[in-house]
Amino acid sequence: MSHELPVSARGLVKVYGELVAVDHVDLTVEKGDVFGYLGPNGAGKTTSLRMLLGLIRPTEGSIELFGRDPHVAGAKALDGVAGFVEGPTFYPYLTARRNLRLLAAYDDGDSRSRIEELLELVELRDRGDDKVGGYSHGMRQRLGIAAALLREPKLLLLDEPTTGLDPAGMRDMRDLVRRLAGEGITVLLSSHLLTEVEELCNRVAIIRKGRIVYEGRLRDLLATAATGFRLRSPELERAKALLLAQPGIGEVTSVDGSLRFQADEEAVAALSIALGQARIGVTALVPETASLEELFLGMTEGERVEGEVAAKEEAVA
Amino acid sequence: MIAAVGKVYEWELAKLLAQKRTYLGLISAILVPIVFVVVLVLQTGGPNDVPLGRYIRDTGLAAPFVVLFFMSIWGLPLITALVAGDIVAAESHNDTLKTILTRSRDRGQVFAGKVLAVLTYTFVAVFAMGLVGLLAGTIAWGFHPLTSLSGTKVSGGHGFGLLVASLAVYFLPLAGIAAFGLLLSTVTRNSAASVVGSLMFALLMQLLGVLPGTESIRPYLLGTQFEAWHGFLRTPADWVPVIRALWVCALYISIPVAAAYLVFLRRDVASQ
Repeated sequence: MSHELPVSARGLVKVYGELVAVDHVDLTVEKGDVFGYLGPNGAGKTTSLRMLLGLIRPTEGSIELFGRDPHVAGAKALDGVAGFVEGPTFYPYLTARRNLRLLAAYDDGDSRSRIEELLELVELRDRGDDKVGGYSHGMRQRLGIAAALLREPKLLLLDEPTTGLDPAGMRDMRDLVRRLAGEGITVLLSSHLLTEVEELCNRVAIIRKGRIVYEGRLRDLLATAATGFRLRSPELERAKALLLAQPGIGEVTSVDGSLRFQADEEAVAALSIALGQARIGVTALVPETASLEELFLGMTEGERVEGEVAAKEEAVA
Repeated sequence: MIAAVGKVYEWELAKLLAQKRTYLGLISAILVPIVFVVVLVLQTGGPNDVPLGRYIRDTGLAAPFVVLFFMSIWGLPLITALVAGDIVAAESHNDTLKTILTRSRDRGQVFAGKVLAVLTYTFVAVFAMGLVGLLAGTIAWGFHPLTSLSGTKVSGGHGFGLLVASLAVYFLPLAGIAAFGLLLSTVTRNSAASVVGSLMFALLMQLLGVLPGTESIRPYLLGTQFEAWHGFLRTPADWVPVIRALWVCALYISIPVAAAYLVFLRRDVASQ
């Protein structure tokens, strides 16, 4: 089974002197995933990605990309794999076209028509004869995508692909990632932009201080954070009294002119009927879910998180 | 494997041709003999105390040999170090190693392409200097028979053959300096440090050769091999220094290259 997985990393460790940069990380990216890899700066995301691409040798652990270990099979393990870590880089004294031709030659290809097609795709065709040294950050990011697609990848690893882009550029980049995923390319996307991950990814891993604190489906993660419901009413005191008397309702608190409470969906359905029967007007009765940002911050900030994470992982399991 | 290395080599040359430092090195290699000949044309004295120096105005064939002597001290080592010290370090500086090492070429193939490119550049620099020196000398003093170091006359055609053979042997110690520069470039990941370090290495080798008490190791110093071509200019040819240059330089080339290869193969490609 594991040989079919685009990414399978087990027990990855990277130690620099006293510093454990990556601490027993397990990652599984399945075919068709748009996998978000989240973590604060310095958490170990980029080191993990560099290990996946064979750029950094792990201190411990194993990596397989489509069943091949890049630290054993070398460049062959990267067949069908493309992307960039910490932003794409190119030879500044060569033009974009020459850079792509060089990379195509390193891949045993030199299809000029394909290069033109990709320059067109990333809207750099008119600037293709400019030296990359004069390119803006956004143009380099786009050229990085073109360089990755030149390999016709089955797995695309993108490290912060929208960093430094203006809003339109970010939108275009997300559209492109969505489109590539739609074409069947598995994407491993490292990002600190949580809205981006929420928008694009189906599965995520969250890394904190070198350790994975969550790996699984994004919707499962969000489901663990369904913290309760919020009720707004012009008759708040009557509503509160009814809530407290209602079975299945717990922990009612008044916050910002509304009532927050814990309940399951069945209890909320019964509550809505009871409110109607009691002729108590309702202006809002909505589930409250923690955003990915709240979950992320909860998991990656402060020591209190450890217990919560364990609880959430148990809940997901 | 050969085709894969060939592709890397081809693009390493293309990269060298797109960089100013390559032209700075090659133009220097061409300018030095021209300036040397022009200066000698404008004045009456000559480099009488160097091999073939006293015959420099007899034939243009002597000019490149005399230039070879002067350029061995630091000129050609610097020209060589300029590229050899940069070829891997520049990838670290531009953070482009990660770009090329995540394509379909193994590290060994990338390294081999770089070694070949550095040696090609060094070879071109030596031959450019020698042949431009010959051309400039011929324009100034004509293409006449050459007086060998043994005092015999050598025809122009034969003299040209000796020049080509001498340039080829002269290339060997320079390749040793290139190999050392490549090692520094790989280990330090710093272009300036590697260029300066390579030049210091070349100067140290020259210095050791003139220090008293080093007579026993002198034949095996890299600096000494810059004089191996003298063997061709004796009648009959003295092959001893030439043969020794071959195996001594092979060691000076292979040991740093092997060390650099191992470092390159195992190094972590992390951001600078």
